[in-house]
Amino acid sequence: MVGPTRIVSEAPAAPGLLLESPMVEIERLSLWYGAKQALRDITMAVPKHRITAYIGPSGCGKSTLLRCLNRMNDLIDGVRIEGTIRVGGTDIHDPGLDVTDLRKRVGMVFQKSNPFPKSIFENAAYGPRILGVRSRTDLEGIVERSLRAAALWDEVRDRLHESALGLSGGQQQRLCIARAIAVEPDVLLMDEPCSALDPIATARIEELMVELKAGYTIVIVTHNMQQAARVSDYTGFLLLGELVEYGVTRQLFTNPGDRRTEDYITGRFG
Amino acid sequence: MRAFSRSGEPFIWLTGGALAVALLMVAGLVGLILWNGLGFFWPADVLRATLRDGTVLTGQVVDRERVPGREGEHRIKLKVGNRDLYGADFTWVDEAQIAERRYLLDVAVIERTEWGLLIGTIQAVREGDRTVAAGPEASRRELERRLPAAAALRREIRRIEADDIGDVNHAQEQARLALRRLELRGTTSGPEVEALRREMAALQARYDEHATQLAALRGRATATVVVQADGGKEKELPVAQVLDVYFPNAMGPGAKALHYAAGVWAFVSDDPRESNTEGGVFPAIFGTVMMVMIMSVLVTPLGVLAAFYLREYARQGTFVSLVRIAVNNLAGVPSIVFGVFGVGFFIYFVGGTIDQLFFPEALPTPTFGTGGILWASLTLAILTIPVVIVATEEGLAAIPGGTREASLALGATKLETTLRVVLPAVLPSVLTGLILAMARAAGEVAPLMLTGVVKLAPALPVDGHWPFLHLDRKFMHLGFHIYDVGFQSPNVDAARPMVFATTLLLLLIVVLMNLFAVSLRNRLRRRYATAAV
Ligand SMILES: Nc1ncnc2c1ncn2[C@@H]1O[C@H](COP(=O)(O)OP(=O)(O)OP(=O)(O)O)[C@@H](O)[C@H]1O
Ligand SMILES: [Mg+2]
Repeated sequence: MVGPTRIVSEAPAAPGLLLESPMVEIERLSLWYGAKQALRDITMAVPKHRITAYIGPSGCGKSTLLRCLNRMNDLIDGVRIEGTIRVGGTDIHDPGLDVTDLRKRVGMVFQKSNPFPKSIFENAAYGPRILGVRSRTDLEGIVERSLRAAALWDEVRDRLHESALGLSGGQQQRLCIARAIAVEPDVLLMDEPCSALDPIATARIEELMVELKAGYTIVIVTHNMQQAARVSDYTGFLLLGELVEYGVTRQLFTNPGDRRTEDYITGRFG
Repeated sequence: MRAFSRSGEPFIWLTGGALAVALLMVAGLVGLILWNGLGFFWPADVLRATLRDGTVLTGQVVDRERVPGREGEHRIKLKVGNRDLYGADFTWVDEAQIAERRYLLDVAVIERTEWGLLIGTIQAVREGDRTVAAGPEASRRELERRLPAAAALRREIRRIEADDIGDVNHAQEQARLALRRLELRGTTSGPEVEALRREMAALQARYDEHATQLAALRGRATATVVVQADGGKEKELPVAQVLDVYFPNAMGPGAKALHYAAGVWAFVSDDPRESNTEGGVFPAIFGTVMMVMIMSVLVTPLGVLAAFYLREYARQGTFVSLVRIAVNNLAGVPSIVFGVFGVGFFIYFVGGTIDQLFFPEALPTPTFGTGGILWASLTLAILTIPVVIVATEEGLAAIPGGTREASLALGATKLETTLRVVLPAVLPSVLTGLILAMARAAGEVAPLMLTGVVKLAPALPVDGHWPFLHLDRKFMHLGFHIYDVGFQSPNVDAARPMVFATTLLLLLIVVLMNLFAVSLRNRLRRRYATAAV
């Protein structure tokens, strides 16, 4: 287990954080794209059933950090990782661990919605099918449940067998969320899920995240400071691959412990 | 002027012009083929021209042109038929020489099994030495009455030859091969050999029986029809050889249209006659379609797998780029080179090895070690594989990377992602490639001449004998048929309309196969609709 003093690196420990039970623990994580270091010695813990947000300027490594949690960076040539990541207590780099099992437990929603060129139903049923669910009635149940959970059911119940590519951008993103939660992961990673959406669709997805938090541990990357402040319980600020500050959202926004954090959230930064 | 060129107008004209030129050329070609190909079946009127010197010529006008070197004069080309009487089917007549033109109602055009058309007036119908009907009117009725029976007899003879004797021949060959197999194993006597010998004898008896039957049937057809042609020449034609009789000058447009439809049907459904210059092209249609289908079945998986490796699995780099360039350039290799490769590799090496391993009893007659539909299809599959690879690769490149990531992030393996997401999404592109490949393969002739196409195949590659699909058989092909009829036939003039009709048919078949593939692709596209966000 990670000792309480190491949960927050280089930043004053937020008292609330120490009481939570961690779902994801990151320890001294560094990552290189070839010779270029993208993450520097990051240590932090993501608490269970909470929304944790990563903020920071473009190119600071938010997506990279997020993608470490379900090992999506494995797909990129020349990536080197040091340090440990544990999800639910197990080391995700353990050679005995099947990366597809990890990804089934750690779902992901991407910045750009990416539904499959299949029907809405097939999109939502894709993960369960991979898990080996065969029965039609089971699949129908799962699809309905996840579409309801993603607040999409009422809009698409009559067109489940039409192409998912015919949905609006916001609907597509919610479908991607439904698709991710259909396999009931423990952790849901969301990389700027609202960046391509209008304020109304954004509000819907934010509501959704708050509802989902009861069942899932959510990690979200966002550029939108208000969004982080509105929905997240904990916020981490990254700069040039370094986790500058990490703590309870309210405290980080109202009373940042680091000068650089303050500059960034007040907009005085580059 | 400058404003005009700045407006971009000239460029629009240029592009439009280029398209118009391309369309005109295609339309001209298709129009020429349509005109010549479709006109072939029309029962044209028969002209009787009396020349100034008193000669009479009877025939169908098939062409008219200016006389070279003489201003304002024309000549016509008459199809006079009766090759056995006149020595040639066609003759040119200067219009200036014609004193009188008449269209007699009782001129008959007779299609027969040999020597092409017979044109003239029917004089009598005879049964042996006895005259059963005399005079044009009575003979005509008598002949028409006898035609159905003659056709039935022909069919019966054909059935016995093809089916009954064919079965016996097949069984005999099987027995002979079984004996040879035993011999190769060193068994030259014993109960097995005895049984086979007995079977051979029984088969021979059956063969003789059929042969007698045939002779009896042939002997039954003794009726003849007497036709008078130009110059007082007479022809006595066995009724059994008459395929069709018609009187074009007495036919109205409706009757002609019916005759036309029947002619078209006979063309697509009959076997060829008289070294392919007459009759239908059914075996060639069958061979073409089947060859293209076998090729599609072979080339699609091969091309798709290769493209998947290149785009989804191989590490992109210099080597893969080189492979890609090589594949693209393969499309530029002359097709005859593929034919030579097919002969050397497939026929001699692969086929020869198969023969030695599995058909030693038939040697020295090759089974697979000679041209056949399988080798021809394989050769064309290699020829068209670049098209499929390129189309599939382009389809794969067009699938957003996020789609694959989404699948992997759900815990799918690379294989599951490839099969469940990438493959369905790329299918329309595969079909595009297949459409191009099929069109290319259907029109290819050169490599086929080396790998299995023949002028006249004795049997279709599919029949009632096990294993039903005979991939080792030689086959006929429309493209080769065009070449053969147009350039290798003894009677090029008579065959020329056949060339156009066959070309038209080949075009039609390619269009039909493409339409099928296109509609399949559109259905897939609709299913995996790629609408904008
Ligand atoms: N596949 C890659 N290969 C090489 N370098 C990469 C790759 N992906 C990201 N990087 C680099 O790593 C750094 C962090 O990138 P990352 O995508 O994590 O930034 P980010 O914080 O998500 O930025 P944004 O807010 O713009 O999405 C950047 O400097 C980027 O250039
Ligand atoms: Mg990012």
